[in-house]
Amino acid sequence: MSYAPPEKFAFSREMPLSFARKYRILSHIFNLGARMEAYGYRDGLRDGLPIGLGYLSVSFGFAIWAVKQGIPGLALVLLSGSNLTSAGQVAGVTVIAAGGLLVELALTELIINLRYALMSVTLTQKLHPQFSLLQRMLAAFFITDEIFAVSSTRKGLLTFPYMMGLGCLPWIGWTLGTALGAFAGTLLPAALSAALGIAIYGMFMAIIVPGAMEEKGVLLAICAAVALGLVLRYVPVFSFLSEGFIIILSAVFGACVAAWLKPVKGEGDA
Amino acid sequence: MKLYLYLLVMAAVTYLIRMLPLAFFRKKITNPFLLGVLHYMPFAVLGTMTVPAIFTSTGEPVSAMVGTLAALLLGLKRRSLIEVALAATAAAYVTSLILGLL
Repeated sequence: MSYAPPEKFAFSREMPLSFARKYRILSHIFNLGARMEAYGYRDGLRDGLPIGLGYLSVSFGFAIWAVKQGIPGLALVLLSGSNLTSAGQVAGVTVIAAGGLLVELALTELIINLRYALMSVTLTQKLHPQFSLLQRMLAAFFITDEIFAVSSTRKGLLTFPYMMGLGCLPWIGWTLGTALGAFAGTLLPAALSAALGIAIYGMFMAIIVPGAMEEKGVLLAICAAVALGLVLRYVPVFSFLSEGFIIILSAVFGACVAAWLKPVKGEGDA
Repeated sequence: MKLYLYLLVMAAVTYLIRMLPLAFFRKKITNPFLLGVLHYMPFAVLGTMTVPAIFTSTGEPVSAMVGTLAALLLGLKRRSLIEVALAATAAAYVTSLILGLL
């Protein structure tokens, strides 16, 4: 595979030339590569700590919920370690628990995680020129809503060590929290474990409510999706539809209605 | 065994969606409608996944309702993900304890 270096203008557009030149000179003198740059591994770790703590508790709730759906603990740890995504995992477990088809599961994940494609595209505009193809492939694994939010709002270019540091603690938090919830969740009092079932939805609320406040279009997308979702779930004619397809249909509907009535202006920042 | 096939598919699809654009995309999407759909999609997904499921998430409607209200309130105050998640849980837990006493 051949690796085409990013165009030069992407570099000069993202940061002042003086900084770029300074960085090149410094890294050349100390021969330390990107590791000693302002946004190195340790900066990533620090930025990732609050995300990791948040993931720890949310995935704990996720695991307790998922165990109740009949998924074994070991499978849940593998799921969290290999997926690192909340909405996709909740939807996936829902489809699996409902005995859904493999193609239904794949399509559900595709639709629900489609936002990562846009985030990835957005991040390509900010990647340091030293990012190799292999490094891009590694860093891609750690793209979540929160990691995207932190990295895309960081000033300057993103280095590979920074992205690795940023992904580290959230991954540990997400996987560890799942393990704790799956294997120690039963030790909790029944009332507390029942209450934790709402944790993951609470996190979703924390994403959609501020989004709806900021943009009419987001509010419209949520309302349209929820409205169609309610129709598909409760009108008996549609009872043949499984939960996975209901999520896909209502989400695509909501997003299309909003994109049609409230077009996004300017660049597509997620 | 079938379960692990499902897990493999989930991991593969999720990873490829993240990896392919980051590794190979070098341009910008310009179609405004497509941009809009991608922009609104996460909110639409989360919306339809949260409502109505959140109201049955604690296995009992009153505590779920109180938890939902707590999440809504803190969401409106733009609190962090972890704060909202924990507040909803705490509100639902306290409510269920109170209901247990009645």
